[in-house]
Amino acid sequence: MTDQASTPTMVTPNLEPETPPSRWAVAWRDIVAGSPLRTFLAIVLAFVVGAVLIVLTNEDFLESVGYIFSRPSDAVEAAVNAVVDGYGALFRGSILNLQGDTFAEVVRPFTETLRLATPLIAAGLGIALSFRVGMFNIGGQGQLLFGAGFAGFVSFNLHLPFPLHLLVAIIAGILGAAAYGALVGFLKARTGANEVIVTIMLNYIAFYLITYLMRTPVLQDPGAGGTPKTPAPDVSAQLPSLFGGGSALHWGFILVIGATVLFWWLMERSTLGYRFRAVGLNPSAALTAGINVNRIYIVAMALSAGFVGVAGVTQALGRTAGFTPTVDAGIGFDAITVALLGGSTAGGVFLAGLLFGAMKAGGPSMQIADVPPELLGVVQGLIVLLIAAPPLVRAIFRLPSPSAQIAQKRAARRSAKKGGVK
Amino acid sequence: MAECHPGVLRSPPDTLTRPFYWQNLDTMKLELRGITKRFGALVANDRINLTVEPGEIHCLLGENGAGKSTLMNVLYGLYKADEGEILLDDEPVRFLSPGDALAAGIGMVHQHFMLIPVFTVAENVMLGHEPVKGGVVLDLPAARALVADISKRFGFDIDPDDVVGDLPVGAQQRVEIIKALARDAQVLVLDEPTAVLTPQETDELMIIMKQLAAGGTSIVFITHKLREVKEVADRITVMRLGKIVATASPSASTTELASLMVGRAVDLTVDKNPPTLGGESFVVAGLTVLDANGQRLLDDVSFTIREGEILAVAGVQGNGQTELTEAILGLRSGVKGSVMLDGNEIVGASVRQTLDAGIGFVPEDRKKDGLVAEFSVAENLMLDRSVGQPFAKGMNIQFDYREDFAQKSIKEFDIRTQGTDTLAGRLSGGNQQKVVLARELSRDLRLLIASQPTRGLDVGSIEFVHDRIVATRDSGIPVLIVSTELDEVIGLADRIAVMYRGKIVGIVDADTSRATLGEMMAGIAA
Repeated sequence: MTDQASTPTMVTPNLEPETPPSRWAVAWRDIVAGSPLRTFLAIVLAFVVGAVLIVLTNEDFLESVGYIFSRPSDAVEAAVNAVVDGYGALFRGSILNLQGDTFAEVVRPFTETLRLATPLIAAGLGIALSFRVGMFNIGGQGQLLFGAGFAGFVSFNLHLPFPLHLLVAIIAGILGAAAYGALVGFLKARTGANEVIVTIMLNYIAFYLITYLMRTPVLQDPGAGGTPKTPAPDVSAQLPSLFGGGSALHWGFILVIGATVLFWWLMERSTLGYRFRAVGLNPSAALTAGINVNRIYIVAMALSAGFVGVAGVTQALGRTAGFTPTVDAGIGFDAITVALLGGSTAGGVFLAGLLFGAMKAGGPSMQIADVPPELLGVVQGLIVLLIAAPPLVRAIFRLPSPSAQIAQKRAARRSAKKGGVK
Repeated sequence: MAECHPGVLRSPPDTLTRPFYWQNLDTMKLELRGITKRFGALVANDRINLTVEPGEIHCLLGENGAGKSTLMNVLYGLYKADEGEILLDDEPVRFLSPGDALAAGIGMVHQHFMLIPVFTVAENVMLGHEPVKGGVVLDLPAARALVADISKRFGFDIDPDDVVGDLPVGAQQRVEIIKALARDAQVLVLDEPTAVLTPQETDELMIIMKQLAAGGTSIVFITHKLREVKEVADRITVMRLGKIVATASPSASTTELASLMVGRAVDLTVDKNPPTLGGESFVVAGLTVLDANGQRLLDDVSFTIREGEILAVAGVQGNGQTELTEAILGLRSGVKGSVMLDGNEIVGASVRQTLDAGIGFVPEDRKKDGLVAEFSVAENLMLDRSVGQPFAKGMNIQFDYREDFAQKSIKEFDIRTQGTDTLAGRLSGGNQQKVVLARELSRDLRLLIASQPTRGLDVGSIEFVHDRIVATRDSGIPVLIVSTELDEVIGLADRIAVMYRGKIVGIVDADTSRATLGEMMAGIAA
């Protein structure tokens, strides 16, 4: 012992317990965060595969394959024509119709894209918010129905002057959806219930509850003769047309631009968004730093559903007729794709919503051009698949793995630094 | 590598079914020649040559990140070497998996045990090469007999029928050693085996190692603790930054070995003046923490820390230290008793409230609890003050203030980062810890709690962190340190509290002998 007492002993570094986040958590974060380059490549690749499918389902091409060895140029020509026709129709249906006579007719496809993108963007923002807090809100459908139901109820039951009526209806729709979302957050915070399961179940509840209410005086159109359908909203509660005339694009799009800016401010500039992100990235560090994680879960789910509620509002009030329980039109689920594609950022979701809106708008004209409209569904699915499988896209385009890059850089820096110690 | 034949030299031993003649086993010489292993640009092992003679205890000494574990993982077939070869008794072999290494007679005891807690010792030992009767029936008696045999031979005191999860850590480690011996290991690799042991358990392990070596088993002992090296090693190889820097004999002095290890002369002590004590501002009385099943994780803990004093809590990991700090901070439920800070009761307060009361907290697992790795340095610096002044006005983050604050912190705490927007996860452990310290010390503190403040840090960062902790104490703030490194406890403490199984065994002066502290860490009151 004398040796130990006289020789000062080394204060040695103890072993660092390695607690890296699980592989799945990392992969999930990677998928949700996305990188612009990868997203772009995924979209391009999906459209390339779509082109192949267009060719393979084209009758002229299939016919020319029969004599491909005697006249291969026919097959090539047919293939090129099929792709040009198909994607040309998509362009014509979603961006510009160059065959239109008036300016309004030329840009009509684009306004149609914006109209269809409106609820997708809003709901996409909602889902993106949940992703940023580390939650997976797949209750878009139910929350959208609640938003539409509350907004609808106000729109045809209260009879107020124009701007006020519209405003009250919008707020009612957002609050209704937010309350439905807060319930999810509450259950998660209080009981630890998994939000995925809760939101799926609440989708069913919302759907059947709204359907039921549409058969009762609460939401029923007396003229609908027993089918579940709401009355038309009062004119004073409808979202007015943005350009007048034949354009179906309404002020809902402006509302959604506002929602996008709000989302950006919330997530990137505000203290609440900072806490959202902290909880989403490392809940135990957030907890240790005095952030009330459970409360964050509740607030985040309420806000997430509130954004989805905006989609419900535009669906309910952006029309002159009543709506049915199918008012969701798959938006609640498409929003998940939009949020993923947009990397859960405000700008990304906005662009992803536009892309999906364009595909919705272009579907009919593709059908007219004899391309199966299901093709767009395949392209959408492929985009998601390619984004959700980053290693696949990396492998296809030979991009380096981001974690490997980080590790390399870090290692290089470390060794350089340590080497510099005298 | 044409002369290398894949696979193993000998057929896999079926030790579980044949008699066990320990001394008759052929011994083995292990040689690593020119082993190089790269991870991207990092050369983790740079042309390593290492020979382990039969029956030798060969210490592999080096700091964390020196490449010791990488080298052993190459040997064990977990990594494939980029260059170089492994020779057993002068014949080159190639291991494609741990199975190959095991079959060739190389056993490894990892830092984190690879045991199934709900299985008995015998079941764990036979796992992976279960002896069978008649082709289908598990021959458990054979496994039990083998365990009993090895246990008796080396005085391991292990019952084959004990459930592993019920055994103390030291005994679990012996089960791991039995596992390796049951597979006929002639070279036994022990990766940081003493990190989880009390001083007494460490002594027992040393005896076991010497016995095994006497029986002809070669042992590669990986560690960074100099005292152990001097006690048990036959030969010492020092690694630094992936290279072998020296081979030393156990007679080398501790300081000599330390400077070999870190590449420069090191200051091994913590410089501090005698404390200037103030009032008893932090009083813990009868603090008890129950888990969900009513088990006492922390049992009636009482102590006082005066202003300007460091109380260091010593003890083997998992004896209630984590619960103690978490209970004070308000992170735990099921807390009874009283914690008074400046005369105010803080049991039952939320984390937000205890932080506001002036507690600075350096958590033991900084990556999990201290930082958000995906946040920038600047973002991490406002983690515990995300509401209100000075980092926010209303709901708007004050980015200019945050940037200035981050610049200032980087300068003051010597945080080596490319900038304020570098992600915290990309910093080295020492710089991450400096970020945490900068954040916690920037508030108006009335108490500093630092748990394992230097775990995994390089020597330079350790000195820095210790200096800051002492400076905090000298500014008249009570400091509570929790550390499983006895050296750190002795270096920093004004008084030492030793914890064992959720209780404080005793609170003693800082000059208490290492032996006494070791006994207290094993639950024997001083």
